[in-house]
Amino acid sequence: MTFQITQTDLQTILPELILFGMGMLVLVVELFRRPGASTLPQALVALLGISASGYGAYLQLGLDLKGFSGEVIADDYAAVFKMVFAATAFLTVLISTRYLADRKMDFGEYYALLLFAVGGMMVMASALDLLMVFVGLEILSISSYILCGMLRHDVKSNESAMKYFLLGAFATGFLLYGMAMIYGATGTIHIREIGMALTNPDTFANPLVWFGMALLLVGFGFKLSIVPFHMWTPDVYEGAPTAVTAFLSAGPKAAGFAALIRLLVEALGAMRGEWSQVLWVLAALTMTLGNVVAIQQNNIKRMLAYSSIAHAGYILAALVVSTSEGLGAVVFYTLAYTLMNMGIFAVLILASGPDKERVTFDDFKGFGYVSPAVGLATLVFVLSLIGIPLTGGFVGKFQIFKAVVEQGYIWLAVIGVVNSVVSVYYYLRILVVFYMTPPQGEPAPKPVFHPGLAAAILVSAVGVLYLGILPSAWLELSSRSVSVLLAGF
Amino acid sequence: MSILGIPILSLVIFLPLTGVAALLLVGRNQGALARGIALAVTGLTFLASLPMYFAYDAAMGGFQMVEQMDWIPAWGAQYFLGADGVSMLLVLLTTLLTFLSVLAAWNENRHTREFMIAVLLLEVGMTGVFLALDVFLFYVFWEVMLFPMYFIIGVWGSDRRLYAAMKFVVYTMAASVLMLVAILFMYYLNFQSTGHSSFNLLEWYHLKVPFPAQYWLFAAFALAFAVKVPMFPFHTWLPDAHVEAPTAGSVILAGVLLKMGTYGFYRFAMPMFPDAVLMALPVLMGLAVAAILYGALVCMVQPDMKKLVAYSSVSHMGFVMLGLFALNTQGVQGSMIQMLNHGVSTGALFLLVGMIYERRHTKAIAEFGGLMGPMPVYATVFLVVVLSSIGLPGLNGFVGEYLILLGAYGVNPWGAGVSALAVVLAAIYLLWMYQRVFFGLVTKAVNQKLADLTLREMAVLAPLLVLIVWMGVYPKPFLDKMKPSVDQFIASQAGAKPAVPESPAAKPESVKPGVSLR
Repeated sequence: MTFQITQTDLQTILPELILFGMGMLVLVVELFRRPGASTLPQALVALLGISASGYGAYLQLGLDLKGFSGEVIADDYAAVFKMVFAATAFLTVLISTRYLADRKMDFGEYYALLLFAVGGMMVMASALDLLMVFVGLEILSISSYILCGMLRHDVKSNESAMKYFLLGAFATGFLLYGMAMIYGATGTIHIREIGMALTNPDTFANPLVWFGMALLLVGFGFKLSIVPFHMWTPDVYEGAPTAVTAFLSAGPKAAGFAALIRLLVEALGAMRGEWSQVLWVLAALTMTLGNVVAIQQNNIKRMLAYSSIAHAGYILAALVVSTSEGLGAVVFYTLAYTLMNMGIFAVLILASGPDKERVTFDDFKGFGYVSPAVGLATLVFVLSLIGIPLTGGFVGKFQIFKAVVEQGYIWLAVIGVVNSVVSVYYYLRILVVFYMTPPQGEPAPKPVFHPGLAAAILVSAVGVLYLGILPSAWLELSSRSVSVLLAGF
Repeated sequence: MSILGIPILSLVIFLPLTGVAALLLVGRNQGALARGIALAVTGLTFLASLPMYFAYDAAMGGFQMVEQMDWIPAWGAQYFLGADGVSMLLVLLTTLLTFLSVLAAWNENRHTREFMIAVLLLEVGMTGVFLALDVFLFYVFWEVMLFPMYFIIGVWGSDRRLYAAMKFVVYTMAASVLMLVAILFMYYLNFQSTGHSSFNLLEWYHLKVPFPAQYWLFAAFALAFAVKVPMFPFHTWLPDAHVEAPTAGSVILAGVLLKMGTYGFYRFAMPMFPDAVLMALPVLMGLAVAAILYGALVCMVQPDMKKLVAYSSVSHMGFVMLGLFALNTQGVQGSMIQMLNHGVSTGALFLLVGMIYERRHTKAIAEFGGLMGPMPVYATVFLVVVLSSIGLPGLNGFVGEYLILLGAYGVNPWGAGVSALAVVLAAIYLLWMYQRVFFGLVTKAVNQKLADLTLREMAVLAPLLVLIVWMGVYPKPFLDKMKPSVDQFIASQAGAKPAVPESPAAKPESVKPGVSLR
């Protein structure tokens, strides 16, 4: 048998190809960088690659292509997620350039790794067999481990990378076991064929499938930092370079959800009654623990780590009801969360200078008056994180709880909204220090303008408001994108 | 419908945003300019809202000046506004009080620009809440309005402002998110029975909500509104918020925000779930009477003027609830007019307390005494407002409380009788406070040289005094405007209507010529 790559194959993975190619190009450009010179050219190459890749994903909208003998697919669902990933990566590059220079970790490899990571995320979104999911996940994970440890002389950064690596490897083990068991029971690794095989009552009754599903959930639980598999998250997020933390809390999670949803719906759809009960409990635990523990934090990065756990809980709630409403909400929320989260991290980075990183609440006393424009943007992000109307965060949550209530899970919705109230307490602390507590001693200096950071903050703030006030276009696209998944039901 | 082709309701709601846009361009040290812009914009908004009064045709009733267009078609959420007799008057109250609050906050020079932005955004939220007829839109305004007030308390408040602001937000949000779940459930029920997605309130009115869902849904809505009113025992955020808030914040909080709670009962909770209302009526009436008495009794022991006024709000809002739950024309009409009265009188009281606080930086009753001497004009105005708050015939407070008691008596003589006691208590605590502050000799030397009201302060109070007298002597125009809406409300409760005896309640005109129910 000859192995031939057709044009369709390449078209299917066009966005990934662009990212990996441009990642290589970044490395080549890096070769010609004189020591001490800026990595701005590398950043620009990365931006170019990300934009091209995002555009490639946009072109894939409306397609239904399968490549490499059905291992990858280019459908609306994958395309929409790829666009979100491209947005995440774009914002990450924008907030990274000054941060890297300030922290003396100005290496071009950073951008290459970022592009590879995003490429891995895209593979996960378009993977149509277990092996591809795994390959995508590993590309993403290994790149992220290195990114976390980029601050080589910083103990916390090293700790972060080590922890992430060890626990990530552990989780990967679970995941592989799960995949192997499902393969053993069904005799295939193709997601849709697994779904078919499970319609056979004998296969369905095979305990291997059930163990496999459980292990898969554990593996994904680690990657998505779902309670009780979340322990690593705060330490990793706190220690990693802030720009990387921003990326980690939005990007890999979205990719994990993209793959998990496809697995659950297309492969394990027959066991929906069971996994939705498990997810119900996990969702309730995750949002509650994330929100309650976040209250205790004094480090904003750590607080945001717990907040990202809580938000994963909200998204899980939508997974419990895997209707087109619910899954559409996941897609919607992913973008909204990316924007508000990137925005708030951009503010943290903007406020920090070469001398000092500002990451605790106390560092920001009176900051809202030092820089009114940044204060206003922060206000938008915080309100969106809480889920106040006219922001994307609200529309996303509303859509999630709407889907949840429509399927009769009233109590899950109640737990969710009560959690939103809990979250008010710690999110508002940001506004309290920004506007309501006068600084003791020296106030924070006025942040130095930086075009990348300013653009990131502006884009995020406008995006959050746009999704909140005129959500229709993105709502429709997101619910259309998931309809391809649910066509089999 | 619109006036001269202008969508008047949208204009009133969003006009303040032009002020926000202008203020964003103002430099941070141009406080005077910021004040000027805010005053001009709130003034214009008030003027823009006036035509609503004349445009509202009471003979036709129902919702008028309606604007309706799609907002989020996927959900069936619409941009749907309309005013009935009650909401129209509440909007007028809002725009007037906002304007006066800006004028009253003339000396607020800490972050003036930001303060004015918060006030203007608050105004957008408040008018929006009163005019929205799409439940999703309503919820949007309802939540959005919370945060400007949070900032007003938290940034410009006094010592315990952070605590008070947080308490205010957490209390209100905790209750309103449960309402959100209820809204979603209603939306789902509506979808099930009609087959299309809609948040249109007028459609939801027609929905027959099954039991026991109706009971839970009503409970969720009622809780959200009860916290806002605030009904006993959900009132504990109120004294904190009021005492810590700056004057303008207190005025808006008492004058308008509390009305949102009662308005919510009137517009949403009660018409949607009439059967549940009937079941809960004894409890609700009991809570209303408890609030009336409790508020009044707590007032008796307050050493702080502002706290006293705050607790008196609990008592007065209890009256509003009592009238609403009487479910007869007198009661509901009284309750609606009492909402306006309370806005005017308590707004004025907070303004007055704020004025003395600006001079002395204390609100403790014991710090004053004999103010009649140095501040005769202030003392006179204060007396008129106090008397209106007590419910002296001829001033506005009387009309509302009288009608409410009349209505309540027809349904629940005991409740009405006990509540009437509170009127006496009100006279005691307010007049006693007045006596300690204004009568006798000046006990503290600092009070000797206190300046009387300035021209600006008189300008702030004058419109309220006019209203106090006007609504007391000749409330007919207001009652007339509200009549069809009140009738409609009572019709919506038809299943729950208790028998109204042909007692003295039927002929109120003979008792007081000024009060006409037709």
